[in-house]
Amino acid sequence: MISFLLNGDVVRIADVDPTVTLLDWLREERRLTGTKEGCNEGDCGACTVTVTTLDEAGLVHQALNACILFLPQLAGKAVRTVEGIASPTGALHPVQQAMVDNHGSQCGFCTPGFVMSMYTAHRTGRQDHDDVLAGNLCRCTGYAPIIRAAEAAAQEPAPEWELDEAKALHALADEGDMSARECYLPASSDSLAAIYAAHPDATLVGGATEVGLWVNKMFKTVTPMIFLHRVKDLQTIERVEGGLRIGAGVTLNRLRGAVADRHPDFAELLRRFGSVQVRNAATIGGNIAEGSPIGDSTPAMIALGARITLRHGEVRREIALEDLFTGYKTQDRARGEFVESVFLPDQPDTLRCYKLSKRFDQDISAVCGCFAVTVEGGLVTAARLAFGGMAAMPMRAARAEAVLIGRPLDEAAIAEAQDALTEDFTPLDDMRASAAYRMQAARNMLERYRLEHAGDVDTRLVGRGAA
Amino acid sequence: MVNVVHKPNPHDSGPLHVTGAATYTDDIAAPAGALHLAFGISHVARGRIVSMDLSAVRAAEGVALVLGPEELGDIPDVSPSPMPEPLLSTGEVLFHGQPLFIVAAESHLLARKAARLAKVEIEESPALLTIEDALAADSLLEQPLMWGQGDPDGALEKGAHRLQGSIQIGGQEHFYLEGHAAMAVPGDGDEVTIHSSTQHPSEIQHKVAHALHVPFAEVAVQVRRMGGGFGGKESQGNALAISCALVAKRTGRAAKMRYDRDDDMVITGKRHEARIDYDVSFDAAGRIAGLAFDQYIRCGWSADLSLPVADRAMLHADNAYHLPDVRIRSTRLLTHTASNTAFRGFGGPQGMVGIERVMEHIAARLGSDPLSVRQANFYAPGKAGQTTPYGMEVEDNIAPDLVAELVRRSDYQARRAEIEAANAQSPILKRGIAVTPVKFGISFTLTQLNQAGALVHVYTDGSIRVNHGGTEMGQGLFTKVAAVAADVFGQTLDRVKITATDTSKVPNTSATAASSGSDLNGMAVKAACETIRDRLAALAAKELGRSDVRFENGRVIAGDRDMSWEDLIALAYATRISLSATGYYATPKIAWDRVAGKGRPFFYFAYGAAVTEVVIDTLTGENRILRTDILHDCGKSLNPALDIGQIEGGYVQGAGWLTTEELVWRGDGALWTHAPSTYKIPACADRPKVFNVDLWQGENREETIHRSKAVGEPPLMLGISALAALQHAVREAGSDVMLDAPATAERVLNAVETAKGRGW
Repeated sequence: MISFLLNGDVVRIADVDPTVTLLDWLREERRLTGTKEGCNEGDCGACTVTVTTLDEAGLVHQALNACILFLPQLAGKAVRTVEGIASPTGALHPVQQAMVDNHGSQCGFCTPGFVMSMYTAHRTGRQDHDDVLAGNLCRCTGYAPIIRAAEAAAQEPAPEWELDEAKALHALADEGDMSARECYLPASSDSLAAIYAAHPDATLVGGATEVGLWVNKMFKTVTPMIFLHRVKDLQTIERVEGGLRIGAGVTLNRLRGAVADRHPDFAELLRRFGSVQVRNAATIGGNIAEGSPIGDSTPAMIALGARITLRHGEVRREIALEDLFTGYKTQDRARGEFVESVFLPDQPDTLRCYKLSKRFDQDISAVCGCFAVTVEGGLVTAARLAFGGMAAMPMRAARAEAVLIGRPLDEAAIAEAQDALTEDFTPLDDMRASAAYRMQAARNMLERYRLEHAGDVDTRLVGRGAA
Repeated sequence: MVNVVHKPNPHDSGPLHVTGAATYTDDIAAPAGALHLAFGISHVARGRIVSMDLSAVRAAEGVALVLGPEELGDIPDVSPSPMPEPLLSTGEVLFHGQPLFIVAAESHLLARKAARLAKVEIEESPALLTIEDALAADSLLEQPLMWGQGDPDGALEKGAHRLQGSIQIGGQEHFYLEGHAAMAVPGDGDEVTIHSSTQHPSEIQHKVAHALHVPFAEVAVQVRRMGGGFGGKESQGNALAISCALVAKRTGRAAKMRYDRDDDMVITGKRHEARIDYDVSFDAAGRIAGLAFDQYIRCGWSADLSLPVADRAMLHADNAYHLPDVRIRSTRLLTHTASNTAFRGFGGPQGMVGIERVMEHIAARLGSDPLSVRQANFYAPGKAGQTTPYGMEVEDNIAPDLVAELVRRSDYQARRAEIEAANAQSPILKRGIAVTPVKFGISFTLTQLNQAGALVHVYTDGSIRVNHGGTEMGQGLFTKVAAVAADVFGQTLDRVKITATDTSKVPNTSATAASSGSDLNGMAVKAACETIRDRLAALAAKELGRSDVRFENGRVIAGDRDMSWEDLIALAYATRISLSATGYYATPKIAWDRVAGKGRPFFYFAYGAAVTEVVIDTLTGENRILRTDILHDCGKSLNPALDIGQIEGGYVQGAGWLTTEELVWRGDGALWTHAPSTYKIPACADRPKVFNVDLWQGENREETIHRSKAVGEPPLMLGISALAALQHAVREAGSDVMLDAPATAERVLNAVETAKGRGW
């Protein structure tokens, strides 16, 4: 049994198939067809809904992709769809009215998703429209009128009919027992550890941004499933001695906020990680454990010397993040063992992250280069050069690092380090980029680091320092 | 006076779009017991089916029916052209993704799952995937076509300078947000009603009727709206509609099919890839003497719409430039890839990219601003006797004036100088700027398609219901046409009800394509409305005692007397006057001989120009569009808001085609970029940071609907200015490499690194 609010009304589902997505359920079971399927993989945003959670600090409103959101993930939450934001008498919500007034819809198919992203931003006061809407694709308008609509709506107050879901959410029971359907919803990491040890073949589901594709596109059997979203003690970000300890269940959006001050480049890299909808769902533990050769969060954390805690039952061990990866999607992680937390050591910010992708927003990197180089007394004393997309796994450029140690960070040293990259890596060659391009771009990233270390030259199109 | 035309009326469906209440094909509630379909597809690009074991498919959960070639018997033809395209492979596999069998199951998901369970053995043979493969194998759709004028060979010898070059132009996935979908609902006897996300309801009707062996009159096709079309729904919906009809016929149950996004991208055709070789001679000012184009067009495995697409590429090889001595040869190549199809611009963009590349190449050779080369080659304003390479006189040549005005408004000259000065101080980031024109021919090149019908009813309460042959895919056609109807009757827009396109109301329609929707259907609706209005005016003249009857502000006025619209309608009914009429329109003046390549294929030209400023990162090749200024010609715009929407959207779609949208196939012929995770259309932040769009103030010299001009396709080609601006930035980075399209970050970096001897 799970319960949640749908457009303000309580919904209880007794025997839910844990692999049914919210999108299919809305469209097929509830006949709420306003929410659209555009890609069925979380890349177009046409299925965007707003999910509201009640936590210690109050209500948290998030835009999420309904196509890669499983019903059990909604237990105890409030879902709002495009049908549920106008007034009971049919008056349009300010974001809806602004879209009409600014000619923000043409074919209209992406429109419900845009409206819900804009609605979420309107409730939370966000006005960085380009980022809010980066996960919503439109093929008709060229986006200009949609941005005009978003800007206009941002000037409007919340309508008087907008409900505060807190009371209803308080009253909602957060049932979590679906074990009959081979679906576990543990509420603590101890419980998770015990269940996973007992069911080591289970699929761990953090935000489902990856598992959703296994179900929708690959038709993989993912049961038994262990959903992690109720494991609160995996969702903490703690200041501990010598650094930050980040629970594996922390979403990429929260991580971004946590590292923004200490490592702005990491935060900017995370801003370009997926879309708002994906970052609201995806967890740092999921990104690590999924083990993509690109990863995007992993090169940055490897460059920062991150260590991770793995847990199996009651047994924990800590290893360097880079040592987790052993080959293409293979890891030093036993059956039933999971990533519990990541430790980011305190350090002066020398980190620079260079994400290269075909499109700036919401695209997987062709190459992601993340470098932290310490220069003392004019000489390099430590260098961590981590790359995604250059090998079968996220990896440090050991030879290139060795070249730099003990030398000034100058053109000659960088040139030698660039040559060493060809020994460190055999890059991927695929639809995102050729191997030759990846290698040349990786070499040039080292040069960019040198230029930025030296100062005064404009080197960035987006992010920090961009014009 | 209620003035509803030439006004920025919002899209009629806006309030429905924003509340999720707008109904698309997949949103229509299916009758109880409806089946859901999926295709099983080939995972081999070329070969012969040795065996196909569908037992696991049949045994799969929820499967009601599986139709392979054996069960079908005669295989329906899904082709929009005379060259047949079987719905399912009949043994020969011709592309990776070709449908092999149909699964009908109790749900969409179950059908998709079952479709993967087939055991198919295919004896592979070497596939022709690229233009070069097809050329080497002489794999032609038809013999090369050659058009031209003057003495190109003689002129090529005469110019002071001469160069040869070649440009590869990538294809483009439509990526309409709504994937293909259809539903067939069986009716009385042989009747069937089809709901389809199609730009061409009549063709769906004809194809379904052929497949079912019933007269066209048994099949009714309805389309309320599409979630985007862009040409991708002109012919590619046939396979789904036919499959649904076949299953509905066999089971007596409604049948519904929609492609999952990956299936949609793998199965359906795209914009044609092209390679254009050129040989050009020119003088010191860049003025072209002789020019020879060789256009190679990759058609894919079947004809589909490739012949008219390739023709239109030839028809736009001149763009806005007078080429008195020119030869254009076109070679249409069959490959073992999805069958390429219509896509906004319909070959025009490829042809135009070819001549714009020539302008860039000449400018690079001369070390001059490409704008001066372009201006040296424009059709001269006001000069009679200047013909296009296909012998059509350019009568309404506004390109030089329009470009001059845009250059002034955008401050192009000063900005170009500032950019080049700033680039000298910026070692890593280099900016570029360029202006490119558009001259696009309006009319279907198959002359018979330039006709349209309409059906208009006035009900006894005075409300008006309009139907016509055009389909709504987001372009605002229905809103424009409603304004035309309201204007005839002096009514406000809210009195006009716009209805779904329906082959049982208006027959024998042309596809909503070639930018022709409002030109054709606007005129047909106007004619129908005027027929009713004339009947009403005669009645009102009798009633009011004067003959100068006007319909204004919801009133019927004659001199100093008037009556309400509603009273007149009531009177008309009472006196037994018909309140319903059809309307019809056929485009005048056009005549075209495609074999000879001579005539007047177009009623008129639509013009535009864009200035784009970009910045590139010379360490990675990544780039951004910083600013775009557009001046575009919609004649006397029927609806400035909708027209500007088409221009903004068309520009971004065109710029996407030429920058980030890269189709990549694996060596085995599988489309590698088969989902939005790998195929990157522009996202929100990719639009120009500064985006100034204005309409050219003018009116169509031809008698079009309210003197407007078509707007659907032409703005897409404004995106060529982004490619040209990148070319400028690459030149500024010291490279003389001419960019192929799409100019991805990889291509841009390769160009920059080539100048340093490090290209790949």
